Amino acid sequence: MSEDYRSMWAELGMDLAGHDALLGVLGKAYQDIYLFQKERPEGMAYFDFVMSEVHGLRIKELLDEKAAGRKIIGSYCVFVPEEIVLAANATLIGLCSGADFATEEVEKLLPRNTCALIKSAFGFKIGKVCPYLESADMIVGENTCDGKKKAYESLGDLVDNLYVMDLPQVKSINGRQLLKAEYLRFKTAVEDLTGVAITADSLRQAIRTVNAKRAAIHRLCALRKASPTPISGLDALLTNQVSFYDNPARFTASVNTICDELEQGIADNIGVFPAGTPRILIAGCPQAVPNWKLPMIVESAGAVIVGEESCVGERGTRNLTVESGQTIDEMLEAIVERYFQVDCAIFTPNQERLIHIEEMVAAYKADGVIHYGLQFCQPYLMESIPVEKALEEMNIPCLRIETDYSMEDMGQLKTRVEAFVEQITS
Amino acid sequence: MRNRFAGIDIGSRTIELVIVDVSGNILLSRQSDTGFDPMAEAKRMTEGVAYDRIMATGYGRNLYEIAFDAQTVTEIKAHATGARFYFPQARAILDIGGQDSKAVALYENGKVKKFEMNDRCAAGTGKFMEIMARNLGYDIGRFGWAALLAEKDLAISSMCTVFAESEVTSLIARGENRSEISRGLHLSVIRRAVAMIQRVSSEGPIVFTGGVANNPCMRALLAEKLGRGILVPEQPQFAGALGAALLARGEG
Ligand code: SF4
Ligand code: SF4
Repeated sequence: MSEDYRSMWAELGMDLAGHDALLGVLGKAYQDIYLFQKERPEGMAYFDFVMSEVHGLRIKELLDEKAAGRKIIGSYCVFVPEEIVLAANATLIGLCSGADFATEEVEKLLPRNTCALIKSAFGFKIGKVCPYLESADMIVGENTCDGKKKAYESLGDLVDNLYVMDLPQVKSINGRQLLKAEYLRFKTAVEDLTGVAITADSLRQAIRTVNAKRAAIHRLCALRKASPTPISGLDALLTNQVSFYDNPARFTASVNTICDELEQGIADNIGVFPAGTPRILIAGCPQAVPNWKLPMIVESAGAVIVGEESCVGERGTRNLTVESGQTIDEMLEAIVERYFQVDCAIFTPNQERLIHIEEMVAAYKADGVIHYGLQFCQPYLMESIPVEKALEEMNIPCLRIETDYSMEDMGQLKTRVEAFVEQITS
Repeated sequence: MRNRFAGIDIGSRTIELVIVDVSGNILLSRQSDTGFDPMAEAKRMTEGVAYDRIMATGYGRNLYEIAFDAQTVTEIKAHATGARFYFPQARAILDIGGQDSKAVALYENGKVKKFEMNDRCAAGTGKFMEIMARNLGYDIGRFGWAALLAEKDLAISSMCTVFAESEVTSLIARGENRSEISRGLHLSVIRRAVAMIQRVSSEGPIVFTGGVANNPCMRALLAEKLGRGILVPEQPQFAGALGAALLARGEG
């Protein structure tokens, strides 16, 4: 990244030395994991570019928007509705991160047995290495798992612009009312921040923009059903990860471009892995940039990932918002309806998630499921056991993995995954 | 002529090499300590040994693949194949090796159905047993026999090698009988192994492999606690290397 970004980062109050170290690791990982892949679709060049400029050009764009008066809102969860943010003329950015940073400092504020996602969010704040976090005008936390819920209390001491959204834990009428009330409260907060009142027109436009983005991702997902698979799981995951940072319209166009290319490839029977390569569905915790550890292991073990049942995946993008609402209230209802279906493991009971996993196994013709759980993530680790049991009763092999962001268990994970690939190879 | 097939199992404690002929007869088997340079040791072990094809398994398999351009297979499949060679009906395998342990369930046709591994630390593995034997002043060969002499159960609560060591030290200081302490240690390993095998397989005999299967007290306790038949191949520590050799030959 070019020199002139350094002054930009410095102005954001970032720690340049720490940030250099982070970018060094990120760049190396990207090189080894992504650019090392063979026969990638040409359309991935756009995503490579975005990744190479993820702390550079994209931040500059955001800062330019800011200079023109637009606000930036950061979030840690797919329950924060981008539609409302866009309708108030603000930009939504995902803040979750997939790398350990300043762990020792983090563990002064959080217990050691906190999941890596939460620790990483703190590490990036304490280490001052995330330009998105530092550019945000509002940071939205949400009451989901206990870890996050309580961690936001401590995060509130580190930042002065934290907004906490309450979320239901049960899919009941009361739960739905709570979600609606919270989205209304959020709407007001965003309007206060931006000074822009949401109108029926702006909300309709925002719904269309976000729907288009999700529809493009749905299109890409559907192409992964083909055999041979036209795109690696690593690349598909990357496009999904980029959706949390990129300009929505540009992202949508880039995904559609890659889909055109993949459709042609499928017509010509071209794939990134040979036909007959064992197909794996990943289910579980979200994988934020640069957490490419498991997909890298899976795809170098001779299997291909055909889908992610995760918030950086189908759980996050499933379902569009109905566009036909006329009034703000009708549209808000439609938004609530759409988000209320997200089957996060913080809900109880959460039978829908198992149904979705089973549907995905069938749709993507997966030979097996790897359940990805972050260490200390109670909701997903708890669910992993009944999920495994249910899948095995249906004769769908399942491997439960529990890991974190460190590289210490690479050897063991490789052995497990390779043995699983041997197991599902006919 | 293709008639000698090698399997090499590169574990963190020991390396085993097995050569089989086309019919699966073992022509050679040897074991050695892994030491600090596994590839040098592996090379030394295969020097002067003739074979047509070699298959590597164990944690060092990928290093071996790179260094010597060999094929590889995971420990899971290698052990399953080795165990099935001795016991063609086998549907479940427990392997307790130097630094890890695993339980594998098989379909009737020998394919892996499900597996579990404990590989995060030395607890419950051969390494744990070695350290404990040394603390009690036994060599590893006599440890199991000593434990068989125990007259009563003595509970050891720590599974962590470090804590178990200090627990053993204080039990010795309290004047507890060494055989009983030994049995207690065996029991704590077996409890873990039993839980692991029960998670993958609920009935039928178990093939017990890995160096720890040479220990008579382990075999007895495993049979007793599981209430299932225990089958131990001769030289159970070679099951992984044998499986790899058989896979190098082209089939299980
Ligand atoms: S897993 Fe749950 S808490 Fe995490 S981003 Fe998804 S919905 Fe939010
Ligand atoms: S991974 Fe699990 S523990 Fe971590 S933030 Fe998400 S739901 Fe909470």
